[in-house]
Amino acid sequence: MAQIKLSNLRHSYMPAPKGPEDYALKEIDVTWRDGGAYALLGPSGCGKSTLLNIISGLLTPSEGQILFDGQDVTALPPDQRNIAQVFQFPVIYDTMTVGENLAFPLKNRGVDPATIKRRVDEIAEMLDVTDMLSTRASGLSPDNKQKISMGRGLVRDDVNAVMFDEPLTVIDPHLKWKLRSKLKELHQRVQATMIYVTHDQTEALTFADEVVVMQEGEVVQIGTPVELFERPQHTFVGHFIGSPGMNVLPCEAKGDRAVFEGHEVMLEGPTHGDGGRTDLGIRPEYVGFGDTGIPAHVTKVSDIGRHYVVSAMVGNTALKAVTEHEVPEPGSEVFLQFKPEQSRVYRDGWIATEERAQ
Amino acid sequence: MRTENQKAWFFVLPVLALVAFNALVPMMTVVNYSVQETFGNNQFFWEGLGWFEQILRSDRFQAALGRQFLFTFLILLIEVPLGIIVALSMPRKGLWVPVCLVLMALPMLIPWNVVGSMWNIFTLPKIGLMGYFLNDVLGINYDMTQQPLSAWITIVVMDVWHWTSLVVLLCYAGLVSIPDAYYQAAKIDGASPWSVFRYIQLPKMKTVLTIAVLLRFMDSFNIYTEPFVLTGGGPGNSTTLLSIDLVKIALGQFDLGPAAAMSLIYFAITLLVSWVFYTLMTKDDAQ
Repeated sequence: MAQIKLSNLRHSYMPAPKGPEDYALKEIDVTWRDGGAYALLGPSGCGKSTLLNIISGLLTPSEGQILFDGQDVTALPPDQRNIAQVFQFPVIYDTMTVGENLAFPLKNRGVDPATIKRRVDEIAEMLDVTDMLSTRASGLSPDNKQKISMGRGLVRDDVNAVMFDEPLTVIDPHLKWKLRSKLKELHQRVQATMIYVTHDQTEALTFADEVVVMQEGEVVQIGTPVELFERPQHTFVGHFIGSPGMNVLPCEAKGDRAVFEGHEVMLEGPTHGDGGRTDLGIRPEYVGFGDTGIPAHVTKVSDIGRHYVVSAMVGNTALKAVTEHEVPEPGSEVFLQFKPEQSRVYRDGWIATEERAQ
Repeated sequence: MRTENQKAWFFVLPVLALVAFNALVPMMTVVNYSVQETFGNNQFFWEGLGWFEQILRSDRFQAALGRQFLFTFLILLIEVPLGIIVALSMPRKGLWVPVCLVLMALPMLIPWNVVGSMWNIFTLPKIGLMGYFLNDVLGINYDMTQQPLSAWITIVVMDVWHWTSLVVLLCYAGLVSIPDAYYQAAKIDGASPWSVFRYIQLPKMKTVLTIAVLLRFMDSFNIYTEPFVLTGGGPGNSTTLLSIDLVKIALGQFDLGPAAAMSLIYFAITLLVSWVFYTLMTKDDAQ
């Protein structure tokens, strides 16, 4: 197990990158503590798989270093980095039995047979596959195959990190949460540093202690699931995380207020910077209804089980509110109230208000 | 439920009719010949299984069959491993892929009698490039028109040249269908190149390899044109394979009865060996 440090990492798939747009991965500088569970979250093509392959050694970065416990491993090939990786599609060796599959990484490293047997039995027990050990791996269901791929990663007790590249993509929905909780449980048992790549916010937020949100090769925010939800550093994070995502409403910034469709809105704190495009960001969860406030016209109310999502128009701007009770009728006129401590101004996408001292 | 399924037969009927006319009906005439004796004038005499017995007992047939098996065995032994090796060393992406594929496909595009003529001219001593080179430059005594060994080497090399590409292309198709993740996982698992071949590439190529072996077996077992054009079955009878012998009996001697019996035996052997191959090679999947 190891602490993983990425220092000034950049990567381009082009031989001679010129501007920042040529980089698939822009300037990344993070430290992941030993034994932590991390998620890389972002839409397809945001560079998260590139980053993962750089950490595992399948790709060599154009610039920067990767350090495992302070030791530079940038130039080392994957098998010498002592990492494990689980891929999107389960990789199993068809001709081998489940047991042989699990033993494969140890056998390749010349571990003695007694230790191999002990480790394989241990891992099989953890994954609940003990009764399958002597069956041919090719006939297994996708979720069991994926379990075996995970098992091959966990079977070595000296791995620095275990990486997951969207491991649940091909798994049936009803088995997804089962495997996800298995993963969480495994993490607690083996205490390995785990890095989980996904575009699914639920997977990322339930698995990780800390989530790295990426967009277009750039890290936009690193934080705990609560931090990402409560105080998005970028409108992208606000929009990508949460269902429905944060309302991003064009506005003008005036000190600690924003003017949105002619209405003044109190912000969490004073805005800084100037110029650029300014938007008011507020999560639907923090838009309430009242007797006074911003007048709005309700266009649609969707019942999504635990709560209602109300779509409304303020002037020419559409926004959403989430409410559990006092549901307005579609077509009615209401007054909206924005929670000041959750109202923020974003300048060119990045947060531009200061958190009010508490 | 059951009545619905019967509809399928109507769709099969045209194929059945077509197959009947181009395979079953001609085949039945062969069966007809194989149990009768004719002296021309469309007069037939019942012979029973006599021709079959005569053919199976004849040294001539046994020798031709032996040569046929030897030929097929040799070319499979060379073409399958060679095909796999070539497929493994071909690039998976980039500009060279189409170049390699076209080069590989070229030998297969040449008509069989042209291949025979080409190799005949190529290997003739004194005249042919290879014949001249071997004899007069390297000093090796090589003459496929006179020496059985030279003739055998020539027909085997010719078939390898003509048909290894088929194995290559099929294996290559199997190889490119392997997702990158497999190779990456193997790298991370610390697998040696041999392990990668043994546990990833070979299992993934298995299906296409089964097809390749079957096709090569059937084609080589029924081969006629190329060795006929190249050596005409000679020198002596040394390269007279089953099909060449069959044509000699049927058209050379016009012994229709024995020729028909031999055709059926020939067909049965091809079918039997193909079935055995297929069963053996797909045995694991059934488990």
